Amino acid sequence: MRRRAILGYGAAGVGAVALMLFVGWWQVDGPGGAEPVGQRPVALTEMDFRLTDHEGNAVGPETLIGRPTMAFFGFTYCPDVCPTTLSDISGWLDDLGDEADEMNVVFITVDPERDTVETVAEYVGYFHPGIRGWTGPEEQIARVADGFRATYERVPTESGDYTMNHTASVFLFAASGRFVTMIDYHEPREFAVPKIRRALAEEMEGAT
Amino acid sequence: MKKYILTSTLAALLTLGGLSVPALAGPEDVVVENAWSRASIGMNRPGAAYMKIRNTGDEPVTLIDLTTPLAMMPEIHETKTNAEGVSSMSPAGEIAIAPGESVALEPGGLHAMLMRLQEPMTEGDTFPLTLLFDDGGEVTVEVPILGIAARGPED
Ligand SMILES: [Cu+2]
Repeated sequence: MRRRAILGYGAAGVGAVALMLFVGWWQVDGPGGAEPVGQRPVALTEMDFRLTDHEGNAVGPETLIGRPTMAFFGFTYCPDVCPTTLSDISGWLDDLGDEADEMNVVFITVDPERDTVETVAEYVGYFHPGIRGWTGPEEQIARVADGFRATYERVPTESGDYTMNHTASVFLFAASGRFVTMIDYHEPREFAVPKIRRALAEEMEGAT
Repeated sequence: MKKYILTSTLAALLTLGGLSVPALAGPEDVVVENAWSRASIGMNRPGAAYMKIRNTGDEPVTLIDLTTPLAMMPEIHETKTNAEGVSSMSPAGEIAIAPGESVALEPGGLHAMLMRLQEPMTEGDTFPLTLLFDDGGEVTVEVPILGIAARGPED
């Protein structure tokens, strides 16, 4: 009898492991991955915000309609994640070559207090020339983040300064403004570039 | 007594140069490799430096602090990205390295955060960064400053 009981636990254990593996797959690769229900950004056509680009032009979601868009959030006082993402994006754009010219690439600051138009202009100048920098009043940045279902938070540092926690994923939209997918932070280039091509391909479909 | 050296290259040079004295004959305990950092825009923003720290000895070592003339507040930080894709950064505390193990300071993970810069970090320059260990040992590494868009030590 005792042996049976142990076998019973064993079977339950196997079941639990299988369930855990399934949950893991679901969350990482399966339908549950990357874009939890309700967390997908809305279409650019449904967003409403007014910002200024690094050349001083008034911009909004409508600026991005008509070409596929790659967008991400950051701040210029960010020592690690933001320069890494900007260099990753620069590398992807280099890989895409001429195709990169067909898309909008936008860095949107979550730290408008320090990131003025001039500051953002200097910063994006160090990376791929296709990257535009957008800033604006805090309440407008909040509206952008809301549309993207992105978050950001100001956190004081020991040095008496502050840093920003923020969504570090790169968002991809089709030329129609429809959200396509996102590239998670640190996703290898062999996954990132095909995802960008997917967003570019949707433009063709829309055009035919 | 643990020994701390800058890079394996230095050990090789010393060995090749016939300077291999008994103190250097055994395996070195702490080796810092592939150190690099990015240029800064001015002095108001914090910088970050990266490297690989190897414990080649047979006792654990614990990295407890950093010093550099470049920054008033150098500190080991860790960037974490949660399931919702939100990245945050906080002090990593002490870093224990088991014998034979290494710790990588690399983008998106651990980094030497350089707060309150005393001068701008200029591409092409280098700066000394001293790693302090719990047994009183220390190693100073000369960190090259690469471009703002650098992705790794070879950029
Ligand atoms: Cu940091």
